[in-house]
Amino acid sequence: MATISDVKPADVKPEAVLSNDEILRYSRHLIMPEVGMEGQQKLKAAKVLCIGAGGLGSPLALYLTAAGVGTLGIVDFDVVDYTNLQRQIIHTTADVGRKKLDSAAEKLMAINPFLNLRPFDMKLTSTNALELFREFDIVADGTDNFPTRYLVNDACVLTGKPNVYGSIFRFEGQASVFATEDGPCYRCLYPEPPPPGLVPSCAEGGVLGILPGLVGVIQATETIKLILGQGDSLAGRLLLVDALGMKFRELKLRKNPDCPICGTHRTINALIDYDQFCGIRGQEEPAGNDVPSISVEELKKKLDAKADVFILDVREPHEYQICNLKGYLIPVGDLPKRVNELDSSREIVAHCKMGGRSAKAVNFLRRAGFTKVYNLTGGILAWADRVDPKMPKY
Amino acid sequence: MAQIQIPSPLRQYSGKHASVEIPAKTVGEALTGLVALHPELKRHLYTDEGKLRAFVNVYVNDEDMRYLQKEATAVKDGDTISIVPSIAGGAPDSANFRRAVI
Repeated sequence: MATISDVKPADVKPEAVLSNDEILRYSRHLIMPEVGMEGQQKLKAAKVLCIGAGGLGSPLALYLTAAGVGTLGIVDFDVVDYTNLQRQIIHTTADVGRKKLDSAAEKLMAINPFLNLRPFDMKLTSTNALELFREFDIVADGTDNFPTRYLVNDACVLTGKPNVYGSIFRFEGQASVFATEDGPCYRCLYPEPPPPGLVPSCAEGGVLGILPGLVGVIQATETIKLILGQGDSLAGRLLLVDALGMKFRELKLRKNPDCPICGTHRTINALIDYDQFCGIRGQEEPAGNDVPSISVEELKKKLDAKADVFILDVREPHEYQICNLKGYLIPVGDLPKRVNELDSSREIVAHCKMGGRSAKAVNFLRRAGFTKVYNLTGGILAWADRVDPKMPKY
Repeated sequence: MAQIQIPSPLRQYSGKHASVEIPAKTVGEALTGLVALHPELKRHLYTDEGKLRAFVNVYVNDEDMRYLQKEATAVKDGDTISIVPSIAGGAPDSANFRRAVI
């Protein structure tokens, strides 16, 4: 199969011919031999699919558009949230509540009206991925969950499209290029996903706002290099980014001959149920519903009646500084070591930010023999919503 | 002495240390030493059957130990062992709090 970089000048499609305006726009590319007219035409002829218009997708889409990629597809069904603005730089305050796709489209077309933008307001699934990927040359993965990452990987391998990968966590990131013809795929590196709950999300673990910027631009760079056929791609290498130490390390990646999808004896020939693969079974009840719970209204009533309730706060010290219910602070990770600080004869209400960590804490304490311990459903956020609107939310 | 780099998702179980030095001659010895020093790490790195979890990769310098001699890979002074788990950022898992490992 010819690679994108095999396009010769004589093969330039009519739609990749550059107008005088475009030649002026991209002059800083054209005067470099590594790009030149030929390279810019390749960019214009290229079709890149960006999965996600959030943290990673923002810088990816912005830079690919600015660089002159001819066709950019974006897949995102989400709506802009106020907490996104700290890092999803394609969206502004005025966009809160708007579809991310609409917000992104507006900014991208403003940067480069020559862009052929193809928006896909939908969730990527096993039923639509293959058909969609066949219409593009390269897929850039900016998603935020494990099932979709495996879906993107498998669909890329099955359709023969390179998968420009980036992922982040707090202040560390990873980047690579998977699913090239001779290179490894995501499953070669990680045959199985972690069980749910083992790796916290941005909402729970936090993320340095600049991080998806760093990693997203690395992804944009790798995409452009693939299109141009220039430089050394990250295929076969895993770039590890440590933003706090500002250290960049490289690990070697190999194609796993036993990989079930890209190895010599392929056993996966179709897309599977990725939620099941990742251990997520359909629509779960909200966090904490299967532990003994108490609502914020019930807690307020008890406190007003001066009932003897011991409030256990299982968040981290820096969260306590933001707002608190004057609870006794034992971060959830320290609970096993500090459980003897608690009096099991008292009624204990455990809370965290949203109800998740405190549900874990309640389960732990119940297994340890505490009978009068309850989870505050919805956490301190629910308290700020419904009991004390003056309390800050974070 | 091998230096083991602890990735940020696991630092809460290693006393917040980003790297730990363990006297060891092989990768296996180093990892055993690591979980002996920080027992909470064990169930995040190993299954109940004692196998290294599939979403965790272990590198000696820049090579995946799966392609060397696995746990028998020799380590010498100055070698770096890196634990590299898969990460995906973003969305909360809906089943997040059911399979809690505390």
